[in-house]
Amino acid sequence: MKKQPLFALALVFTSAMTAVTLAQSTETKGTLTIISSLPRTGSANAQTTTIVNGIKLAIAEVNGQVDGWTIAYQDLDDASPQRGNWDGALEAQNANAATKDPSCVAYIGTFNSGAAKMAMPILNRAGIVMVSPANTYPGLTKPGKGEPNEPMVYRPSGKINYFRIVPTDDLQGVQAADWAKQLGAKKVFILHDRELYGKGIADVFQAHAKTISVEVVGFEGTDSKAANYRSLVTKIKAVSPDLVYFGGTTQTNAGQIAKDLRTGGYEGMYMVPDGCFEQAFIEAAGDSNLNDKTYITFGGLPADQLLGRGANFREAYRAKYGGDPEAYAAYGYEAARVVLQAIANAKTMDRAGILAAVAATRDFDGVLGKWSFDANGDTSSQVLSGQTVTNGKFAFVKVLGG
Amino acid sequence: MQDYEVFLQQLITGLSNGMIIALVALGYTMVYGIIELINFAHGDVFMLGAFLALTLLGALGMEAWPSHWQLAGVAIMLLASAGFCGCLNWSLDRVAYRPLRRASKLSLLVSAIGCSFICTNLGLFWGGMPMEVFAGGVAAAAPKDFPQLIPQFNILGESAIRIVPADVAVLVVTVPLMIALVYLVKRTRLGRAMRAVAQDATAAALMGIPVDRVIGITFFIGGALGGFASVVYALYNNTIGFQMGYRAGMDAFTAAVLGGIGSLPGAVLGGLTIGCVRAMSDQYVETRWTNTIVFGILILILIFRPSGLLGSTRREKV
Repeated sequence: MKKQPLFALALVFTSAMTAVTLAQSTETKGTLTIISSLPRTGSANAQTTTIVNGIKLAIAEVNGQVDGWTIAYQDLDDASPQRGNWDGALEAQNANAATKDPSCVAYIGTFNSGAAKMAMPILNRAGIVMVSPANTYPGLTKPGKGEPNEPMVYRPSGKINYFRIVPTDDLQGVQAADWAKQLGAKKVFILHDRELYGKGIADVFQAHAKTISVEVVGFEGTDSKAANYRSLVTKIKAVSPDLVYFGGTTQTNAGQIAKDLRTGGYEGMYMVPDGCFEQAFIEAAGDSNLNDKTYITFGGLPADQLLGRGANFREAYRAKYGGDPEAYAAYGYEAARVVLQAIANAKTMDRAGILAAVAATRDFDGVLGKWSFDANGDTSSQVLSGQTVTNGKFAFVKVLGG
Repeated sequence: MQDYEVFLQQLITGLSNGMIIALVALGYTMVYGIIELINFAHGDVFMLGAFLALTLLGALGMEAWPSHWQLAGVAIMLLASAGFCGCLNWSLDRVAYRPLRRASKLSLLVSAIGCSFICTNLGLFWGGMPMEVFAGGVAAAAPKDFPQLIPQFNILGESAIRIVPADVAVLVVTVPLMIALVYLVKRTRLGRAMRAVAQDATAAALMGIPVDRVIGITFFIGGALGGFASVVYALYNNTIGFQMGYRAGMDAFTAAVLGGIGSLPGAVLGGLTIGCVRAMSDQYVETRWTNTIVFGILILILIFRPSGLLGSTRREKV
């Protein structure tokens, strides 16, 4: 038994030596840096840690090198403890740091659509390609789906530098409303957190609910810092909806709303979008408040449903990190792979060359099957899924739409 | 639900929330009454009280206790948090405020803001404790789930109006505390000393009152009320987080000013008013306007009654 630590030490030493030798023997052409900016402080951390792991996994798969270029990776935080959520000032700071780092060629982020709004114009001016693993607010890319000046307001240089690999909320909100109807909801009460993402998806949900003749009995913005929502729950109960939809995230108090709905004696269904598709949501709400009456939509498939390349990712992830990836980890991995492939295909090894190569991504063999970027920078993938919560765990229910 | 039932339900919610706000507001108003300091750290002391309660709950494994034992557990948490917050508030006075007694009020205020930051960060650090109840401490800044020790059922049975035991708990804890406090200030020797210090510290000292000790005790009592409030808050909302002190402090401070800062009944009235206005605004206007309405009312009252609802022009303090 005594010899084991020594042996382990020797092993570490040898492998460290090998690493050094490897780095010395390979002539590298230089270093290219990928920067990610995600909320690493607060309850989103559990989710973003698995995203960062996904990115690291993709880089490790190519041994940190592409065509003789060393790939460096920097993990930045865009959340502050004061907000416990993303912070626009920090996001702008991260984007500026990326533009000032001459080796930075790609920016993976952001997690929150509101944060993307801050980073996009800064990175656009610098011509750095930005790939988001999680933003779903449609106005960031799609003309006519958001404010009148969107998305051109995010593209001061006139060129497109922002891409995302998740289906957007103009699909998710519609699918959510359809699913609500299938679940038997005739009257819905819609809440939103007044953020870009939450209000955006709630608007889509409301618009579609009306067209499929589901009655919308209320539409309200909430105070995401409130201690409780009991009076709001009374107001909701007074109009007796079958389903309450909350456009928001764990960080904007989706869990507390679930708690107060149950405490207040509401017995109907509760539906939330992908911003709540993380273990932290169940922890915040308490599983007994969610069980079997809570529905979560997500633009993609949960890790345990992934097939093919996605399944390979899941197994590699488990082997390397010893736990299950959260929903967006696969997209972190995917985003990094898109960037790495672009570096391999780039005609010129600079920001412009890599940006052009990302834009040219077609028939990418991804975790959700083959997809391409369209002219707006959106993925062609339209796979969405619905889940519920059973015994404190997310349980996949079905693929939505499609 | 009938219209009058909705109204009554909102009234109950408003009063419950208002009681908690009032209990925190008392801490502000007492300290302000005696040394004219807005103790910005009070909300954060309140937050730390809730963290202590959750730590105790986890350490003693109260969730697994049989239900009547859990009531004893609630009593343990109440006493422990009250004692802890009282001592903490007393220490703040001893370390950060007392040395500045003769400095300008502004220095004292800056010191209070500093204490608030320190306590907030203490809470952030505490949230990262590797305990089951803190979700393993992985996300220190994330809100923590506070288990429902008090059962959730409607005391009124099948009635459309819903009163849960948590509503009753709020009442059972806060009302006796408020009565005890008024008795203490109006009827006891200590209370008389507090009022004397509030009116004129120098004269009180000349009469042989140990001024610093009386101020220290005032801080202790104010903090202890915050400690009681923190456990009630945690049981009522079932969520605590290191930022809750800011919001609760903001509401309570507003309540204290609304009622007339320095006045004990004023703080209670202010708290109840804010609780009810919030509930009614959520129901009859819209949630997103609630903060605007609360502060709009505050501004209006301060324009027409600058000393608050019950604040008298001859400054009767504590």
